[in-house]
Amino acid sequence: MCLAIPGKVVETFDKGGMRMGKVQFGGIVREACLEYVPETQVGEYVLVHVGFAISRIDEAEAERTYQALRDLDQLTELESPVVEEVEPGGFRQ
Amino acid sequence: MKYLDEYRDGDVAQKIVGEMRRIQTRPWVLMEVCGGQTHSIVKNGIDHLIPEGVELVHGPGCPVCVTPLEMIDKAHAIARRPNVIFCSFGDMLRVPGSEGDLFTIKSLGGDVRVVYSPLDCLKIARANPSKQVVFFAIGFETTAPANAMLAWQAHEQQVTNLSLLVSHVLVPPALEAILQADDNRVQGFLGPGHVCAVMGYREYEPISARYQVPIVVTGFEPIDILHGTLMTLQQLEEDRAVVENQYSRVLGPDGNGAAQKLVNRVFEVTDRKWRGIGMIPMSGFQLRDEFARQDAEKLFDVAEIATLEPEICISGQILRGIKKPHDCPAFGTLCTPQRPLGATMVSAEGACAAYYAYGRHLQPGKPLHQIASAETLGVPAGRGD
Repeated sequence: MCLAIPGKVVETFDKGGMRMGKVQFGGIVREACLEYVPETQVGEYVLVHVGFAISRIDEAEAERTYQALRDLDQLTELESPVVEEVEPGGFRQ
Repeated sequence: MKYLDEYRDGDVAQKIVGEMRRIQTRPWVLMEVCGGQTHSIVKNGIDHLIPEGVELVHGPGCPVCVTPLEMIDKAHAIARRPNVIFCSFGDMLRVPGSEGDLFTIKSLGGDVRVVYSPLDCLKIARANPSKQVVFFAIGFETTAPANAMLAWQAHEQQVTNLSLLVSHVLVPPALEAILQADDNRVQGFLGPGHVCAVMGYREYEPISARYQVPIVVTGFEPIDILHGTLMTLQQLEEDRAVVENQYSRVLGPDGNGAAQKLVNRVFEVTDRKWRGIGMIPMSGFQLRDEFARQDAEKLFDVAEIATLEPEICISGQILRGIKKPHDCPAFGTLCTPQRPLGATMVSAEGACAAYYAYGRHLQPGKPLHQIASAETLGVPAGRGD
């Protein structure tokens, strides 16, 4: 878990005052916080670590890094359960 | 995959290794700091591809590995409480404490949940107002911005049932601790790429100057590691000691300013224990006093828990580059990824777990270059030719 995973920003939105995005990693799309790379636009690539984009990278670097991480079996965190936003008492995972 | 060829081409690797052979005049010991680099080195057999006199030893850069047993026991003490939802990154769940792991606690009825992002805990806390939600905030500088944001949001949004058990560590003080030890062998470092994506690398410059060690910030792909090793070797052979950046396509000297700003707003530097190494002064983060209501260690009264580590385990020497995993009598026998005794076996990024995963415990009599998968780079192994 010391590595960041590259993905493509496919959507941006605000939530609770935070700039967020949906980021595509191969076939998986997950939410990521974009507060630390606020200038990021849809279509650009970012390095994401535990749900936070920490740096912007170009497409070539993203593709190369993604492949390297897949070779190292370092993509499992993407399969962590998605926590849904629900009302009090109705939590499910 | 059109971009891959250039970086994984055996010709490029061979050229780099050839240049190492050309310039090397004496033996050198280099340490790769990041656990992801260790994993890549062992998987690709890079340590056997490079000239025989250039030894790679494996550093402390695995956050799961260096989280002290004591802190694991504190986490477990909190997770066992009936009114608590304990949240953690997935790879902490199977790390054994003095009595079992988080999976055991879950199987006994504890509410233990894996989260992908620390921000998931905000959702869980809002959905469960009658429960105390506690997040196990471990990691190096790469993870600190994420954990800082959780503490900040909990504080700003006044989410009163959410707190963090913080066990954050920092790379530069660990490098200094390694260099200061009487038995230190390390003469140059491959610096941690993704840590520096957040922090930049200016804070490594005084260390490089004071101890006269080259530090080359390096990525973790096989060609990155070979290139970083060559750059370090060039400095050593030329009697230079500066910080250089092999990974400039991803990061610059200053890192991510926005991330650093929030990290410094939420955390302050403190002494931290490292599993296998012990106390290193000013080597980690704790929450600032302003965030006391978010500090699980204060809220749950676990400060008194103190735990000793198993005596047989040599992970402390492995994390400092003094010994290799196969030097340990317990490696692959008493100590396996299923039943880890210590730091470097508990996470896939630990040196012992990486050696185990790629079969280096199976054939102790066989020359290592035959076991390693140097062929994956299309280059003949460096040893014995």
